[in-house]
Amino acid sequence: MSRSKNDLPDPLILAAAGAGIAVLATGAALWQRRRHRESRGQEETIATDAPHWTLDKTSSRALFGKSVLINRPRAELYAAWMPERFPEFMENVVAVDDLGEDVSQWTIKAPAGREVTLVNRITERVEDTSIYWQSTPASDIANSGEVRFTDAPAGRGTYVSLILAYDPPAGKVGRLAAKLLQREPEVQARRDLHRFKQLMETGEVTTNASPSARGAESPAEPHI
Amino acid sequence: MRAVTWQGRHKISVETVPDPEIVNPRDAIIRVTSTAICGSDLHLYDGYIPGMRAGDIVGHEFMGEVVETGASSTLHRGQRVVVPFTISCGQCFFCEKQQYSACDNSNPSETRDASELMMGHAMGGAFGYAHLTGGYAGGQAEYVRIPYSDVGPVVIPDGLADDDVLFLSDILPTGWQAAVNADIEPGDTVAVWGCGPVGLFTIQSALLLGAGRVIAIDHFPTRLALAKKYGAEILDYTKVDVREALAEMTGGIGPDACIDCVGMESHGFTVDNILDQVKVKLLSSTERIHALRQAILACRKGGRLSIPGVYGGFADKFPLGQLMEKGLTVKSGQTHVQRYSGELLDMIQAGKFDTVSLISHHASLEDAADMYRHWHDEQDLYTKIVLKPGLAKGAVSALQEMEHA
Repeated sequence: MSRSKNDLPDPLILAAAGAGIAVLATGAALWQRRRHRESRGQEETIATDAPHWTLDKTSSRALFGKSVLINRPRAELYAAWMPERFPEFMENVVAVDDLGEDVSQWTIKAPAGREVTLVNRITERVEDTSIYWQSTPASDIANSGEVRFTDAPAGRGTYVSLILAYDPPAGKVGRLAAKLLQREPEVQARRDLHRFKQLMETGEVTTNASPSARGAESPAEPHI
Repeated sequence: MRAVTWQGRHKISVETVPDPEIVNPRDAIIRVTSTAICGSDLHLYDGYIPGMRAGDIVGHEFMGEVVETGASSTLHRGQRVVVPFTISCGQCFFCEKQQYSACDNSNPSETRDASELMMGHAMGGAFGYAHLTGGYAGGQAEYVRIPYSDVGPVVIPDGLADDDVLFLSDILPTGWQAAVNADIEPGDTVAVWGCGPVGLFTIQSALLLGAGRVIAIDHFPTRLALAKKYGAEILDYTKVDVREALAEMTGGIGPDACIDCVGMESHGFTVDNILDQVKVKLLSSTERIHALRQAILACRKGGRLSIPGVYGGFADKFPLGQLMEKGLTVKSGQTHVQRYSGELLDMIQAGKFDTVSLISHHASLEDAADMYRHWHDEQDLYTKIVLKPGLAKGAVSALQEMEHA
């Protein structure tokens, strides 16, 4: 029997074997790290001063929080955070209807041109400090959150924090899909918060609306 | 209107596009009378800036006449204005600290995410410079929408020609800030790497700020001749060992301040990708990374390093230990144009700057594609190009008859 080419390992098989080893090694390393973290977690005694929404890994958080510095007084910002003004800076909010008794109905743009309806109740107001809300059973998406106003040091204005928890429709896959379509609540909340800052500091929502040689774009509409 | 558009790497074309419109109350629209091509436009031309899209209108050095104003604009129809390349709201934390190029509002919500991901924080907005700085249309066009028009534009008094004041938009304040950042003390020796337009204004600024001598480093004869004309001693790095010459000119201690007006051709990511691209252009890449490294090694102990040159990402073989052991102070950043506009306009009127003799060419906006090619390929002959929307196509005039150094 002569030695043929077939006796040599196929490069594809070699590559596959290599990839398999890499996957195993990565898995083992992750497992080790997790065990390490778990054992360390039991010994954890030092309290942290980090905001509660920054704890834990990003991927395993059920909570989203974002803070911005706004160069305006706390009371002014608290007063401006009212449903009537939301459509001015919340790009995905089509309408907010007051149903009375601190319950409001939100019509929101969702992925693929659909709309969802949120029905939320304000559960607590602390004058010039924070507003808490919780969705009612009539809401399409279960959610709760807080907007918090804190004095920034040295006359810099106010830290405004938006803290949000929600039950993503279609779970993690749905959440990822929504992110890709730029309609994910975290992405929207972050951008809306920045628009609120722009509006309160400059009196207008910043736009890059300008001409280009791309036929589909209007010089009066913002673009990515 | 007609506008200069980026269509891809080394592809510039002049196209007919829609006119800009007033969108926000603080907006104004200007009719452009002069617009220059900047050294940093070559980063776009070479395709090193991520976030460019085919069809983007380029240009960030421009001036013109106000033709339309929004309800809250403080400008009036008919005023002549120079527009800073940085877009700044004037009311955020950074603008109040006069760190205008760090404006936290001018980069819109839609475009700031990518910018934040790349830099750690979203950069401020700028005209005609890709979507990481806001995706605003640029000034190499007949008309431009100016956001926050009550904060940025500098109203130009009658009697000053466009060429006298156009560079208030970018390269004059950039050169000035480069010298301010060098914390010059009377009699200091200041070394300037790069004699492009920013380097040439840095030389003039350093002397005005009290430098005893300025030593300029480049290799293009025309640019070195301009540096000499503005009062610098010059070194052609192809003819001397720059560090040896600087040491011997300063009794061995080195310059008190070193200013890098070269920058890295890359503005962008991904790092490996960019490095690969740069390595293709072997000469420019090694030269440019080399300039900053050389400045750090040449600078005297306890001296100052100012970096107006544009860098985009993670640098390789950065002499960090040398920087620390020598105790250098480093200052850098995009220019806070609005901070310096007023005093620089006064200084131009007082005749303190030569803002005109570095202009080598005037051309029509219609000839922009040719002009970008010349600006890229013939840096000795073309030291600064000003485009005029009013000129007829082909009406190119070379102004400079410069003897070589």
